[in-house]
Amino acid sequence: MAAAAASSQSLPITVSNLVKAYGDLRVLDDVSIAIRPGEFMTLLGPSGSGKTTLLMALAGFVSPESGSIRFGEQEMITTSPHKRGVGMVFQSYALFPFMSVVENVAYPLKIRGVSPAEQKSRAEAALEMVKLGGYGGRRINQLSGGQKQRVALARAMVFEPRIILMDEPLSALDKKLREHMQIELKQLHQKLDATIVYVTHDQREALTMSDRIAVINKGRIAQLDEPKALYRRPNSLFVADFIGETVLLPVQREGDGVSLQGRKLKLATPTPSGNGPLQLVIRPELLQLDAGDDGDTNTIAGVVRQTIYQGDSVLLIIDAGDGREVSVRIATSRAGQASLPDSGSRIALGLHRDDTVVLAEQAP
Amino acid sequence: MAIQDMPGASPWTQRLLAIYGALVLFFLMLPTVIVIPMSFSDSQYLEFPPTSWSLRWYREYFGSSAWMSATWTSLLVAVLTTLLATPLGTLAAYGMHCTSDRVRNSLQLLVLMPVVVPSILVAVGVFHLYAIVDLNYSITGLVLAHTALAVPFVIITVLSSLNNYDMTQEMAARSMGASRPQAFLGITLPQIRFSVLTGAFLAFITSLDEVVVAKFISGGENATITRRMFNALRDQIDPTIAAISTCLIVVSVLALAAVQFFGARSKGRT
Ligand SMILES: Nc1ncnc2c1ncn2[C@@H]1O[C@H](COP(=O)(O)OP(=O)(O)OP(=O)(O)O)[C@@H](O)[C@H]1O
Ligand SMILES: [Mg+2]
Repeated sequence: MAAAAASSQSLPITVSNLVKAYGDLRVLDDVSIAIRPGEFMTLLGPSGSGKTTLLMALAGFVSPESGSIRFGEQEMITTSPHKRGVGMVFQSYALFPFMSVVENVAYPLKIRGVSPAEQKSRAEAALEMVKLGGYGGRRINQLSGGQKQRVALARAMVFEPRIILMDEPLSALDKKLREHMQIELKQLHQKLDATIVYVTHDQREALTMSDRIAVINKGRIAQLDEPKALYRRPNSLFVADFIGETVLLPVQREGDGVSLQGRKLKLATPTPSGNGPLQLVIRPELLQLDAGDDGDTNTIAGVVRQTIYQGDSVLLIIDAGDGREVSVRIATSRAGQASLPDSGSRIALGLHRDDTVVLAEQAP
Repeated sequence: MAIQDMPGASPWTQRLLAIYGALVLFFLMLPTVIVIPMSFSDSQYLEFPPTSWSLRWYREYFGSSAWMSATWTSLLVAVLTTLLATPLGTLAAYGMHCTSDRVRNSLQLLVLMPVVVPSILVAVGVFHLYAIVDLNYSITGLVLAHTALAVPFVIITVLSSLNNYDMTQEMAARSMGASRPQAFLGITLPQIRFSVLTGAFLAFITSLDEVVVAKFISGGENATITRRMFNALRDQIDPTIAAISTCLIVVSVLALAAVQFFGARSKGRT
C-alpha cells in the first residue's frame, strides 16, 4: 500500500481548445481549462451546457473533434478509457447489481490482477473510508440511496486513482442527505491525494465544495474562479444570475463612470467598456438598511412595499423607482434587533463600494 | 400477470377469463399432444384414439439406420446452428444497441428480413446460390442457412433485454480498468444471460424444426429428420412419424426446461 500511495500523486489536467460537435451543435466550443493537481474543480452550468460531455471527454467516452487533454505531461486524447486510470462516479451510481458490495468495490482491483487477499483488505478499507464498514456482504438492492452512493464512491477510489471524475453524484439524494454528503465528500477529498472534477448544476453545492468553479454556458467556459471571487466578482450577467440570489438594476453611463438615481456610483471594478446598457448586480444580503454615509457606501433610495418572513431571514421588497424592485435580505438574528421599516416608508439602502459590481448587458 | 392481479374485475369476469384462457391453451396444445398417444398405437395406420398399445413404432424408429442418421444430422445441424447463431446474434444485438437510433432502426428491418420473407422464397434463393458455390446437400450449407434464419430470433431477444440494461455499468467498468470485451463479458453478459439462453433455445428449435429450406438444400446422407418425415408422409402414412414427433417434442421441452432452469438460477443471483 505504501508504495502505491507514493506513486499516486495527484495530477494536473490541462484541457486545450477542446471541440466536440453533434451535427451543427458545438457542445464543447473551444474549451480550455487548467486544473491544478489535487484541486477540487467543479463544472457548473445549466442543463445542456456541456458539463457531462466535458467530463466524458476527460474519461475517454466522448471523442472530441479537436483539442488536447493532458493528465500531467501525458496526452490522453486518443487513450482508451480503461487506460486513463481515472476513478468515476456516475449519477445513476452504475453499481453491478449481481455482485455484493465488497465485490463491487474490489472490481477495479480484480481487473488489475491484485491478489484476492489484498483485494478484500483494500476494498474493506475503502468501505471503511466511506463509513460503510461491515456492509461488504450486502447485496446492492439491500442498500439505501445514500449507501449506494457511498459504495460508488468507494469503488471509484479503491484503486487510488490520481484523478476522480463525478457527474452529479448527489443529485438523486434528498436535500438533507445531499448537504451531509457534500461536507463528507469535501473531507474525503482532503484525505485523498486526487484531483477531483465534479459536475453539478446546483450552484450552492458548487460553492460549498469546490476549490475553484468553472461556470459553463453553451459549451464555453464563462468564468473560472474561486467560489468567493465568483460570487463577489461575476464577470458577466450570466454568471451573476446563475450564482446566488441576484437582483439587477439598470444604471446609466455618466462620463467614464456610472450613475443610479442621479448619483454617481463608487465601483469595485472598472466600468465596462463600450457603450451598451449596464446593470448593477445586487446580492440581497449585502444591502444595508441603516446606511450611514461614510464615503465608501452607495445609497439607493426606495419605498418599502412588502416584508416577507422566511425563517432564517426576512426579505424586504423595495420599490426603487420606475417600478424596479430590489429585495433586501436580513438575517433574522439582525432583524430582531433593529426595528424593521413599515410598508410604505421611504428608506435609503446602503451598498458598500466593494460590493458594487456593474456589468454590461451584452458581453463584449 | 396472474389473473387475480386484475384490479376491478368481478369474480365472475375473472372466472370466465380463466376458462377462456384454459380453452385457448387446450386448442393450442391439442395438435401437439394428440400425436403422443398415436405413437404408442399397435396399428399399421395413424389412428386416434389407438385401439391397442405397443412400442413397435419406437422400435421401428430407433432400429432404422436411415431414420437414425437423419436424426443425428438434424441434431448436429441444430447444435452447430445454435453455436453459430447465438454469439453472432448476441454481438449483433450489442452492436445495434450501441449505435444511434436511426442506424438501429434500419438495421433492425434488415436483420428481420429472413423472418418476414416466406421461407419458400428463402429456400429457392439459397438453393440457387448453393448450386453456384456447391453447398447443396452439405452440413455446412444447412448450418449456414439455418443460422441466417435463427440469428434474428437471438437478436430480438437479446436486444429487448439490453433495452432494460443500464449501459453506464459497462462505462463504469471501463473507467475502472476493464477493456471493452472484459466489461461486456464480465458485467453485461451475466445480466443478459437469460435472454442469450432464450435466444440460443430459439435458434436450436428454429433449426430442428425447419423443413422448407431443408427440403431444397438437404438430401442424400445429409437429409434432416424433418425432410425425411415429409417424404415419408408423402409415400405412406405410418405411426413411426408419430413416434419421431413425440421424441422431437421431448427434446424441445427438455431444452426449454433447461433454459428456464438456468434462467431462474441467473435471476436468483441478481
Ligand atoms: N450523443 C449525443 N448526440 C447528440 N447530442 C448530444 C449527445 N450527447 C449530448 N448531446 C447534446 O449536447 C448538449 C450538452 O449535453 P450534456 O449532457 O453535456 O449537458 P449537461 O451540461 O451535462 O446537462 P445536464 O445538466 O442536463 O446533465 C445537449 O444539448 C445535448 O442535447
Ligand atoms: Mg449532465
